[in-house]
Amino acid sequence: MTEHRILIVDDELSVRSSLEEWFREDGFRVETAEDGQAALRAMDRGPFDIVLLDLKMPGMDGISVQKRVREIDPAATIIILTAYASVQTAVEALKLGAFDYVTKPVDPDDLSNLVRNALQARALTEENVRLKEKVSELTAITPIVGVSAPMEHVQEMIRTVAETDSSVVIRGESGTGKELVARAIHAQSRRRYFPLVAVNSGSIPETLLESELFGHEKGAYTGAQYRRKGKIELASGGTLFLDEIGDITPKMQIGLLRVLETHRFTRLGGNQEIASDFRLICATHKNLEKLVEEELFREDLFYRINVFSIQVPPLRERPEDILPLARFFVEKYARAMGRPVRAIAPEAEAALLAHRWPGNVRELENAIERAMVVGKGQALEGRDLPLAAQTDGAGEPQARSLAALEKDHVARVLRECDGNVTQAAKVLGIDRATLYNKLKRYGLRR
Amino acid sequence: MAAPIHLAYVDGPTPGWSDALVAGVADVFPNPIHASAVPLDLTPSFVPSRQQHHATLVLAALLRHRPDPASKILGIVPVDLFIPVLTFVFGQAQLDGPGAVVSTYRLRAEFYGLPGDEGVLVERAIKECIHELGHAFGLVHCAYYDCVMHASSTVDEVDVKGAAFCGHCVSVLEGKGWK
Repeated sequence: MTEHRILIVDDELSVRSSLEEWFREDGFRVETAEDGQAALRAMDRGPFDIVLLDLKMPGMDGISVQKRVREIDPAATIIILTAYASVQTAVEALKLGAFDYVTKPVDPDDLSNLVRNALQARALTEENVRLKEKVSELTAITPIVGVSAPMEHVQEMIRTVAETDSSVVIRGESGTGKELVARAIHAQSRRRYFPLVAVNSGSIPETLLESELFGHEKGAYTGAQYRRKGKIELASGGTLFLDEIGDITPKMQIGLLRVLETHRFTRLGGNQEIASDFRLICATHKNLEKLVEEELFREDLFYRINVFSIQVPPLRERPEDILPLARFFVEKYARAMGRPVRAIAPEAEAALLAHRWPGNVRELENAIERAMVVGKGQALEGRDLPLAAQTDGAGEPQARSLAALEKDHVARVLRECDGNVTQAAKVLGIDRATLYNKLKRYGLRR
Repeated sequence: MAAPIHLAYVDGPTPGWSDALVAGVADVFPNPIHASAVPLDLTPSFVPSRQQHHATLVLAALLRHRPDPASKILGIVPVDLFIPVLTFVFGQAQLDGPGAVVSTYRLRAEFYGLPGDEGVLVERAIKECIHELGHAFGLVHCAYYDCVMHASSTVDEVDVKGAAFCGHCVSVLEGKGWK
C-alpha cells in the first residue's frame, strides 16, 4: 500500500499531536507545523498528498497560508480545519481551491470519509493525467513503414532492444524517422504503460535545457514562480527520449552522466535528491565517435548511452520503401483532409522514385501533403508534386538566384491554386500578408 | 516478542466479563496476559466543556502503572474519551509504544438507545482491545474489511470486522519478531 504524506498545520499542540497519532495509525507519514511560516518551510520537504490547515492561527492566517501552499504545490489537496462555523471564510477557502472544510471537533467518521474522498479524488486526477498522456502518446504513434531489407533490420533491432532496459542511440540523417524508432521501442517495451517523454536537446539553450530536464524549485531563478517537475522526473517508469544528443553542451553532458550513473538528481535550486527510473533513448544525426575524437563529446557519456546503436538508413538507400511510404501518406492525408484521393498515378510514382530525397521521409511526407492540397483529381498526378526541377532528366538546372527561384515558385503555386491567395499561402506555408508582400515585390498578379 | 500484556480496568472493579475478554485477546496474542483493576484517578483528564475525558491524558496516567518496562499496558475505561480535534475516540494507542486505552462507553448498546447486551459489549471490547494492542505492537490500519486492524469510526464498523489479524498484518507482526 502506498504511504501517503500529510501535513497538519495547527497552532494548538494538542490538536497537532492527537491528529498526528490518528493519522500515523492510519498509515500516513505525518509532519506537523505550528504556524504558517513553519508550514511553508515544511512544504519544501514535500510533496504532501494532503495539507490539513487550521484557519485561525496567530501571524499568517489560514487563507494566506493556503494561497502560499497552493503556489508551492498546486497539486496538494488542502482540507481546512476551523473552530468556527464561519460560512464566509469556508466559502473563501473553497473558492481558493480547498478540497473541503471541517469544523472542530470533527466526528471521526466524517474525518475518515473526508480524507478517503480526498485521496480518491487525488488518485483519479493523477490517473486522468496519466491516461491523457497515454492517449496522446498512442494517437501520436505512427507505424514504421518499410519493406526494404535495411528497414527490416531496423525493425528487428527494435524488437531486440525493446525487451531490454539498455540505453539506445538512434543514428541517421535528419528526416529519417529517428523519433518514430524511439517510440516504437518504447511501445514494445515493458515501460509502455508509462510515458515516453521527448526532449529536443538541440533546440533549447543550455540553461533552459537544464531546467527542462531537471525541473526547478520555486525561486530557483528569476521567473521560477512555481516548483516544476523536469522531464527526467516525468519520465519515471517510462522512457526519456533525448533528440539531438550530439548538440548538448559539456556542462549538460556532465549533468546527464551523473543522472545516468545514479538515476538520481536534484531539481534546480533544490537540495532533495529525487529518484527516477527511466530508460534513455537518444538520437543524433551527428557522428558521435568523431565528436568524441574531437573532445566535443565526453567519452564516458558516449559509452554510457551507446549500449545499442540503431542506424536508420536514408531514403535514397532504400528506394523500395518510397512507394509504400507515399501510399501511406496519401491515405493519411486523404483521411485528414477528407479528400477522395486514394491512388498515385504511374507518372507521379516514377517522379517519386526518381527523386533523391535529401530530406528523407520528412521531405516525402511534406511533398505528398502539398500534392494532396493542390491536386484536383482522384489520383495524385505528377504535376501535383513539387519535384519536377529536381527530377528533370536533362540534368541539374542552371544556377539561379534565390529570389528568382522564389518568384517562379510563388507564381507556380498561385497558378495551381487558381489565384486563390488563401490556398496558395497555405501551400507555401506562409501567411496571407507575407504572400501579398511577395506578390507585390515580384510584380506578380493573382 | 513475548512482552506481557496487562489489561487494566480503570475506574471500577474487574468486570464479570473479564475472563471472556482475556480469552478473546489470548486467541490472537500468544503473549502472557494479565488482567487486574488499577486505581487510577480519572478526574485530571476530565474536560467539563466537553463532558468527556482526554484520551491522551488518561493514557499518560495509565503508563505510570505499567508493571515492567518490557510490558504493554491496555487500559479499559467506562468513560467517554476524546482527542481535541475529534468528537470522540473508541480508543487510543501509542504506535509501536508501551500503552493503549479503550473506552467501553460507546461500545454499549445502551448508548444507542438499545437494551443492554453484555455479549455484544464483550465482542466489541475484544475487537477494540486487539485493535489498539495491534497499534501498540506497530500495526497501522488495514484496508482489508474483515481484519481487526480495519479502521472503524462507528460501532457498526466494529461489528462488521473480524476479531483477528489478516494474513498481511500477521506477516507484518512476524517481521517484527512475533511468535
